[in-house]
Order: sequence, then structure tokens, then C-alpha cells
Amino acid sequence: MATLKPETPEQVLEAVTWAVAEETPLEVIGRGTKRALGRPVQAGNNLELSGLSGITLYEPEELVLSARAGTPVAEIEATLAAKNQMLAFEPADLGPLLGGEAGQGSIGGMLACNLAGPRRIKAGAARDHFLGAHAVAGRGEVFKTGGRVVKNVTGYDLCKLLAGSYGTLAVLTDVTVKVLPVAEKTRTVLLYGLDDAAAMKAMSRALQSSHEVSGAAHLPAALTGGSPISYIAEAGGAVTAIRVEGPGPSVEHRAAALRRELADVGETEELHSTNSAKLWAELRDVRPLSAHPERVIWKISVPPASGAQVVARIAHGQDALCFYDWGGGLIWLALPASDALAFAARHAAVRAALKDCGGHATLIRAPEDLRAQVPVFQPQDPGTAALTKRIKDSFDPRRVLNPGRMAAGV
Amino acid sequence: MRMPEPDQAILARRTEIARALGAIVPGEGVILEEDELRAYESDGLTAYRQLPMIAVLPETTDQVSRILKYCHENGVKVVPRGAGTSLSGGALPLADGVLLGLGKFSRILDIDFENRCVVVQPGVTNLGVTKAVEHAGFYYAPDPSSQIACTIGGNVAENSGGVHCLKYGLTTNNLLGLEVVLIDGTILRVGGKHLDSDAYDLLGLLTGSEGLLGVVTEVTVRVLKTPETARAVLLGFPTSEQSGDCVAAIIGAGIVPGGMEMMDKPAIHAAEAFVNAGYPLNVEALLIVELDGPQVEVDLLVAKVTEIAAAHGAVTSRVSNSEEERLVFWAGRKAAFPAIGRISPDYYCMDGTIPRHKLPLVLSRMREMSEKFDLRVANVFHAGDGNLHPLILYDANEPGELERAEEFGAEILKLCVEVGGVLTGEHGVGVEKRDLMGVMFSEADLRQQQRVKCAFDPDSLLNPGKMFPVLHRCAELGRMHIHGGKMPFPDLPRF
Ligand SMILES: Cc1cc2nc3c(=O)[nH]c(=O)nc-3n(C[C@H](O)[C@H](O)[C@H](O)COP(=O)(O)OP(=O)(O)OC[C@H]3O[C@@H](n4cnc5c(N)ncnc54)[C@H](O)[C@@H]3O)c2cc1C
Repeated sequence: MATLKPETPEQVLEAVTWAVAEETPLEVIGRGTKRALGRPVQAGNNLELSGLSGITLYEPEELVLSARAGTPVAEIEATLAAKNQMLAFEPADLGPLLGGEAGQGSIGGMLACNLAGPRRIKAGAARDHFLGAHAVAGRGEVFKTGGRVVKNVTGYDLCKLLAGSYGTLAVLTDVTVKVLPVAEKTRTVLLYGLDDAAAMKAMSRALQSSHEVSGAAHLPAALTGGSPISYIAEAGGAVTAIRVEGPGPSVEHRAAALRRELADVGETEELHSTNSAKLWAELRDVRPLSAHPERVIWKISVPPASGAQVVARIAHGQDALCFYDWGGGLIWLALPASDALAFAARHAAVRAALKDCGGHATLIRAPEDLRAQVPVFQPQDPGTAALTKRIKDSFDPRRVLNPGRMAAGV
Repeated sequence: MRMPEPDQAILARRTEIARALGAIVPGEGVILEEDELRAYESDGLTAYRQLPMIAVLPETTDQVSRILKYCHENGVKVVPRGAGTSLSGGALPLADGVLLGLGKFSRILDIDFENRCVVVQPGVTNLGVTKAVEHAGFYYAPDPSSQIACTIGGNVAENSGGVHCLKYGLTTNNLLGLEVVLIDGTILRVGGKHLDSDAYDLLGLLTGSEGLLGVVTEVTVRVLKTPETARAVLLGFPTSEQSGDCVAAIIGAGIVPGGMEMMDKPAIHAAEAFVNAGYPLNVEALLIVELDGPQVEVDLLVAKVTEIAAAHGAVTSRVSNSEEERLVFWAGRKAAFPAIGRISPDYYCMDGTIPRHKLPLVLSRMREMSEKFDLRVANVFHAGDGNLHPLILYDANEPGELERAEEFGAEILKLCVEVGGVLTGEHGVGVEKRDLMGVMFSEADLRQQQRVKCAFDPDSLLNPGKMFPVLHRCAELGRMHIHGGKMPFPDLPRF
């Protein structure tokens, strides 16, 4: 097993061409923070992109940034912050959740996993900000797609396809993303003591208002005690959080309006910018579950109004910990570590819970042997599975890039 | 513009094919008469016309599936069509093809405020979605100027935008789910009422695929609460440079307006003559900046924008003080196309996108081209996102003018690419820009896109002749050329 560390796009091409000729699969690694996410990959060699690093273009007034795929997200975020800009989709840092350190991921990995954070509901996910790419397809051919402008419908939007393809189609070498200004101020309205169903209703009301809510999350009682924010840790029960961002007077006005409009559901409190930033970073990086490193973690995306019901079904008769984001549409769920048999039963319970409402459940963290045992990603109907294989064929017919990472045969 | 040669063997089977389609779509669903087929001979790009072999108007997904399956098995080409407002010839029929009209898919299926989404059939108009939810204070954000007529299915196929997409995104950013039928009749459900996918993002890939990958039979869109208020600022500048700098400064100040539109002098004059919006006639560039959101925020930002504009030499600066006034500010911009239509027998609407700061350069080069081709040009510009709509004025009855207009248009688009932009921002490639794809993409880039097409439609029966300048056979595209065998860059560190 060798680890190839290309330093130029040409060397990436060389590596993939070689892998095709040798029919020896490569595990594609950005900076390695999410290697434990997905099905275990059987690859002879590693292709690591950390040597392919650096911001190649940043024009703040054009709201655009290009970088080599291996560039650390931290470097990009720092560069943007210096100009008061950001990656508006608030990409989660899953490093610590997956057993590593914080702040280590690459922009290529972030896009390949289509990361997002609490602002997803308003600003979109990585897919929505991914403007252009140069890549090496698994066939061993260089191609580009998209461009550096926001409005572009020239040809198929292959950026969307590459976002969330977990390195199974092509190796990104250069990427261009849209960036946005940082809001001047943030306020978070906290609601205390709601059960899951009542919290879903309250969040839904907030999201149906005209107050441009940019985050709506709910921490059940079991997870508030460990919060670094005293207003939450000392709540002694569940806390629901609703975020507004913008110019100072605007957020004050909207936070006040939300508190007024939600006064009937109970007591409210308000966090200002610093505490808000802390809270939403916690939620983004799934830290409310960090006290349970032994647990199996699922990420579940469902219609927001179904969130509480889905959790009730899974949690029925078992020890489940979870919190909600995206107004109830995103569930971060932690189930007890267990032997293979109990794990299979829990997996089946998760899958069954989504039957009626649709959506997807992804096994984000589990020991390798368990990830090999069940589908890590949402199982597909036969038509979609067949199309998925044909799409894989169109980029990587010899299955040299991350084979099996998303599904057997893909 | 050459379309694929009609297949004589298919044309010879016209009656038989019509009978087979008639068995799938009973009643009035199959159209054969020439005078009735006329209705479909063209779309918004009226320079191109072609009668389809047959038109078929299904009403159910099952019928669409059976039609496509039949066409697939019999090697018959299919062109999907919504309202036919495409400006790139995306819905242009084929002489040996079936035109699949989705006009009868016109029902709103589900309004779900709890999940803030609406499920509609693809033939519902863009405005129809907003109409269905506005009683509760909601709206569908992407708002193409054609919104009274164009369909959601067409919007999905073209990834349409509107003046508000700077802040609220294009079609692709506002979709949650689709039902699509592949050419072999397979019905797929993509997405739903939840966000994102943990598999390949088929929703994102299908959006903007111009009817080449599948036929959309159901669409789930997100709807938003209508902003508390909106105000517009009307700004006039002595030069387009100043106007462009003002746009950059607004964005540099961290403001993302709901809309930010620019017009050049010819466009201002045409619009003012048409609707009397009170636009200043002594300026080179007019900027309309709309701020929307909570009242306090809008008032604050209006003040900031006015201040920035003054610092950048605005000679006209007016803020709307009522809803009527805001609409008057917009009236000229919204009527820009018909206004040009009044001062010229014909006009040709282009749609490139450029990095914003290249605007002065592009405008001055365009003025040179205007002299070279001896044709007038007026510009409206989605200034916030760099999407440029040059309108080339010509007279189709003057021999050679259409050809000159097309050449002029092609040069503009090449210029857009040259300065770092793209061929089309929202109208699509279609037949119109098909042969220019090579300006932006290499052969290898286009081959990869066509391989994706092969994954959906291996015989290239869905809307062929659009988007790709050269149609390669899928077998040829799939062939691998294998070289090498040496371990790469052995001199580099590995561990
Ligand atoms: C006056 C005017 C103003 C316009 N302004 C704008 C604007 O501001 N922004 C903008 O983006 N566009 C604009 N357009 C362009 C056009 O309205 C859009 O592209 C629109 O989305 C087309 O919708 P349609 O229903 O008319 O589609 P059609 O023209 O019928 O078809 C367009 C394409 O979509 C495919 N298609 C249609 N329905 C389906 C389906 N159900 N499944 C699969 N494929 C399908 C067709 O094959 C074709 O390739 C404008 C057009 C006009 C005439």
C-alpha cells in the first residue's frame, strides 16, 4: 500500500491513469478527516491531496474564491474572515465527531461530502455554492465544469453531481465557490421546556414568519446539560433555538418580534452575537453528542414536520439520544454501541422509521465492521440504483476511485 | 443551424406511430393536422421553425412512461415542451420527432405550509405556484420575466432565474423533489420534501438539463414567506464605469439586495418612451436596487445604498416611498424587452454572464461590435450576478440582417467567455448556443457531459440536436484509452 501525494493536477492525472492501467483502486483522500465516513473502501493505494493546496483566486467584490482541492477549509475561512466574508452554507467540521481533531478538513473533501450547517435552511448546502471545478475522472481524463460566475446554465451542472459523490466519480483538483458577506449581528431566541413535538411546531411557526430565520434547532433535555452556554446548560430541560442574522437594528427587531409571537409557547430568552456564534458552531459540528464517543451516529434528513415522529418511532423502547436542526428536518441521532445483531435490528428500525415520510438516513459514525455490514447510505429503489451505476460507469468504468464507498458496485 | 437529418424510415412509419400513441393517450391527445401542429413549430426563439412529426399531449405520468417506452423501443425521437417560451430553441421540434406537450399537467397537487413546500405538476405556470400560496403570505422566489406563461417543468429544465435570484437563488436552489420519467419508461422519484440527498445529486443534475435527461412529471418547490416590505432605489450615473463601481461597492459593503438591475442608455430611452416610468434620460447607466425584508432593515439599507451611490457619482437618486412608486421604478425594466420590440422590427436577446468588474470593458467592446455589424444594441443587466442581456436590434425582412445579428450575438458570447464568464446565465444552450459550446469547453469536457447523457439516454432520443455541437455515439464515448503502467512520480514522497 502506497500513499501518492500529488502536488499538481498533472500528477493527479498521472496517478489515476496509472491506477486505471493497473486496475488498482485508489482511496481518494483530501486531508483524511472523513475517511471513517461511508462504507469501507477496498483500495490498493491512497491518493492524498494535501499537497495540492492554496487559494488561487479571491475577489471579494465578485463574491468568488478558487482554490486547489486540498486547501484546508480553515485557511479559506480565515482568508474570508479577513474580508468579513464566509462560506454561507456553514460547513460542518466532522473531524472531532469522527475521532480526529478540529479544523483539519480540505475544501475538496467538504464539497465531495456536500457538507452544510444550520444555515442550510436559508443559504443552502455546499452544492448550492459550488460554481466550478477542474477534475480528473476515474477514466483518467481531465475535465472542467461550471465556471466562476454565479449564474451559469451552460451544459449540465456537473458540480451538483460531484458535490456529495464522495470521490467516487472524479478527483477534484481545483474548485470555485461562491462566498457571501458575514452578517453584522446575530441573535438567538431560546424557548424553554418544549417536548419534541411542540418544538417542531414552534420552529415551524418561526420559519413560516417573515423574519428570515437562519437557524432553528431543538435540544431535548438529555443534551442541554453539557452545553458551554450557561443559558442552555442551566435550563434544566429542553431548549429550542431560533436564529436571526443581519444589521443590528434588524436583528433586534426580529428577535423581539419572534419572542412576542412565540410567547404563548412559554418562557423565552435571547442570546447575542458571541453566545449565538458559540451555540450554532456547537450544533453545526454535532458537539451536543460528543460526550458519547462510543455511540453509533446517524444523520437523518426528513420533511421538517415529520422529525419528531421519526425519532419517536426509532427511539421506541430503546436508548436513543438526538437533537434536531433545520427546523426539525435534520436529526442527529446517537444509538448505543452494540454487537452486530442488535446493530442490525437498530439499523432496520432507522430505515423503517422513514418509510412513510421519505428522506434519507446516513450512518455517519460506526465501527468499520458494522459499516461493512449494512448500507451506510439510504438504500435506493432499483431504478435509481441502476441509474447510479450507469452514472458511475460514465466517469469511472473501471471502478478505480473509492470503489464501494457509497454502495456495493459503485 | 443544422439539426440532425430526419430519419426517413421513421417518417415512413408516421401513421403507425400515431396509432400506437393514440392507444396510449386516447381522445384528443394525439395531433397530426398541420394547422394544429403549427402551434408547436417554434418557441421563444422564433427565428427557428420546424413542424414536429406528431404532437402528443398526455395527462398522466403513466401515459408519459408508456409513450417514452414506446419511442425508446422504436427509435423515435422525443422533444418535451412546456409553454414554449424558451429563448434558446430548447423546445424546437424535430421533423422526425414526437413533440411531448406537458400542458395538461396543470394541477397543484399539495400545498404544505408545515414543510413550506408545494407539489405541482410540471405544466403549472411559474406564477401559478405563487398564486396558489399568496393567500397565506407565501411566494415562490425564482421569478423569470416570463412568469405568467412559462411552466415549472420548463423552469426546471432551464434552471431559470429572475431578478430576485441574487438573494434567493435560481430554480435549482429552490427545488426539493421531482418525479421524472427516463426514456426507457422508468419512473423515478428524486428528493421529496426533505433537504439534500445522500446519494448522487440527481435533482441538481436534472435541473438545467434542458429536457435531455428525462421528462419531469411532478415538481416539489420550496415556498417562502413574502418579505415584510420592499423598497427600490433608482440611481442614474454619467458613466457605466461609475454604475459598475457602485454595484461592487454595495456588495463590498456586505449588502445583498433582493434585486439589482442595470440598463444602458438605449435601453433606458426605449423603456421610458414605452412606459413613462420617469427615468432620467441624461444618464449613461441606470441602476435599480431593491432592498427587501423587515422594515427597519430595509430603511437602514436604503440609506446606505443611497450614500454609496452618492460617493460613486450618482446624478439621479430616488427612493420609492410607496408600493406604487416601487412598481413604477420597475415598470420600465420589466417592459424593457417589449419596449425594444417597439423601436425595432425584431430583436435578438442574448444571455451571457461575466465577472461584474468586466462590465465597462464588455460594454465598450460591444459598442465597437455594434458599429462593425451596423446594428444597434441595448443592454439590460442583472448587475448583482453579472448576467448580461444584450438586445440586438435587427429587421428580419432586410436580407442578411438576421445572419449579422446572429454573428454579432456569437461575438458577444465569445467575449463573455474570454473575460472569464459563460455562454448562458439562464436561457440555456438549446440549439442557439449549441455550436458555441466549444468556445467554453474542450472536447474532453464535452465528452464527459455526453457520457452523463448516455447514462440516461443511450440512444440519444431525448431532445437530440440541442446542447451538444457533435453527437457522439455512446459506445464510442465509453471506449477507454489506457496508457502507462509505471508507478507515477516515483520521486515524490509517499509513505
Ligand atoms: C419574454 C420572455 C422573458 C423571459 N425572461 C426570462 C427570465 O427572466 N429568466 C429566465 O431564466 N428565463 C426567461 N425566459 C426564458 C423562458 O421563459 C424560460 O427558459 C422558461 O423556463 C421556459 O419555460 P417553458 O415552460 O416555456 O419551457 P419550454 O420553452 O416549453 O421548454 C424549455 C426547455 O425545457 C424542456 N422542458 C419543458 N418542460 C419539460 C418537462 N416537463 N420535462 C423535461 N423537459 C422539459 C424543453 O424540452 C426545452 O428544452 C424568458 C422568455 C421570454 C419569452
